[in-house]
Amino acid sequence: MSPLRYILEKEFKQIFRNPAILKVIFIMPVIQLIMLPMAADYEIKNINIAVIDRDHSAVSNQLVQKITASNYFKLVSYDNDFDAAMESIENDKADLILEIPKNFEVNLYNEKESKLFLAVNAINGVKANLGAAYLTNIVQAYNSDFRIETLTPVRFNEIPIIEISSSNWYNPKMNYKIFMVPGILVLLITIVGMNLSSINIVREKEMGTIEQINVTPIKKAHFILGKLIPFWVIGIVVISVGFLIAWLVYGIIPLGSYFTLYVFAAIYLMVILGIGLLISSYSENQQQAMLVTFFIMMIFVLMGGLYTSIDSMPIWARWFTRLNPISYFIEVMRMVVLKGSRINDIAPQLLIMVIYAIFINTWAVLSYHKRS
Amino acid sequence: MNKNAIVVNNLSKQFGQFKAVDDISFEVAKGEIFGFLGANGAGKTTAMKMLCGLSMPTSGQASVAGFDVYKENESIKKNIGYMSQKFSLYEDLTVRENIKFYAGIYGIAPQKIKEKTNQLLQQLVLEKEADMLVSQLPLGWKQKLAFSVAIFHEPQIVFLDEPTGGVDPITRREFWNLIYDAAANGITIFVTTHYMDEAEYCNRVSIMVDGKIEALDSPGNLKKTFNAKSMDEVFLHLARKAKRIE
Repeated sequence: MSPLRYILEKEFKQIFRNPAILKVIFIMPVIQLIMLPMAADYEIKNINIAVIDRDHSAVSNQLVQKITASNYFKLVSYDNDFDAAMESIENDKADLILEIPKNFEVNLYNEKESKLFLAVNAINGVKANLGAAYLTNIVQAYNSDFRIETLTPVRFNEIPIIEISSSNWYNPKMNYKIFMVPGILVLLITIVGMNLSSINIVREKEMGTIEQINVTPIKKAHFILGKLIPFWVIGIVVISVGFLIAWLVYGIIPLGSYFTLYVFAAIYLMVILGIGLLISSYSENQQQAMLVTFFIMMIFVLMGGLYTSIDSMPIWARWFTRLNPISYFIEVMRMVVLKGSRINDIAPQLLIMVIYAIFINTWAVLSYHKRS
Repeated sequence: MNKNAIVVNNLSKQFGQFKAVDDISFEVAKGEIFGFLGANGAGKTTAMKMLCGLSMPTSGQASVAGFDVYKENESIKKNIGYMSQKFSLYEDLTVRENIKFYAGIYGIAPQKIKEKTNQLLQQLVLEKEADMLVSQLPLGWKQKLAFSVAIFHEPQIVFLDEPTGGVDPITRREFWNLIYDAAANGITIFVTTHYMDEAEYCNRVSIMVDGKIEALDSPGNLKKTFNAKSMDEVFLHLARKAKRIE
């Protein structure tokens, strides 16, 4: 029997004897997968708006009604004093100020033109941007309605209007959960895998058992494989639990096959665990390993294409994301889940992961020295 | 075959400017119980780690069980056992699981592991504790178990680094009985200790001071040479010259 069998037996026993590890493996991912997608919503609602209406006309009333009826905005103050509105922005009560000037209605009828003033609280950049965009949309829609109703008939309209009607392919209802859940699942198995593997070898260093191992004729590759395989199995189990939750809670069933996803996940886990073991073999103690893992994980997650779009990053950052395994898996996950991509469609990403896995794990084996 | 289990010539280990082991030479005969003494920080553990293939020497030659420490360190490992200062069995595995794991990585056949394990548990009177986690055992029992695990694969030489540190006198006595048993089975014993009564049990002892070997002979001859009544006196006489502070 190969020594590897004994190493695996020992590793599995140690893992299942540690109640903390079991919680990390099973309970945390379940909670996170149920909680995060509900909270991490891209749609911005509840934008607080303060309206300064100096006109108090039928038109200004109509406009404010349109805005509040949209569900995106919450009217926090309706006043004709700019200072009061400004104060509500300063107290963080309002995100936007819309000022409707005096004679708004009169100008609109007589001069066919009128102005609105919009002030945005840009401390929360996303909310400010989207809020301004939504509001512009509403005003524009109101504008064209107004024109049709009150001014010249459509055929005499001197300004041609291009109307864009879009349809969302692969996610027709733009359900952000279909978009987020597979991505969050990728993050989960990455976090679980990298954390567990990164504190493993270093734990043996702290306990002093690594010295006893190093004085045996154990082969380096056996030792590393003995560390890798148990976490690989755990990773596959975690992702299966994740698929189950995605189906039960969110009704997400990949358009493509589970087989394709598992093939990619299998290789991907080798990369992630290899990185963890590499960190572990260079670290002196568990704190150090965890800190380094945390740092790498932050960059991987934030530049992985889930919370930020890779296409809108600067070119150097886009090059950098090519070293980020998370970005490949998130891309593949979306291709397979939303578009139904098959194994030959994801072949380029798969090939990169295979090369990555070989590189990282060879490095991990070489970085582990039995002799100092 | 050479009659020496360990041959060391001018072996040194330097960490930056610090010479932990400074040009030591000695031989250990097969079947001998060799005591390796020295104050804390004298360089005992460093020297031992070089011989076990855990640390690369800076200069000098050494062979262990007939294998060169530079090139054949993995062959050395098949032929030696090692018990470190720090207890190094897995606390979260049971007695039986620890034995099985270490025996397994030395490539012992499963059937033989089973037989020898039962035999060993009987010998150590640990049958009742066989399926207990090692963390629950008292220190003395742990040390005896660690020693038995270190010689389970029947090595030619076993290296023991302060194996009885912190252990009560009765257990120390029992521990030395295990060492004698192993020596009687032809295993060469290389042991470091702080207890001078234990030095008396050795066939020969060397005393290291500041990285160098200051004396090497049988306990009887050393006492004669230094005109001392006990090994304690011999040790104090030599170790007082030490300039290194730990």
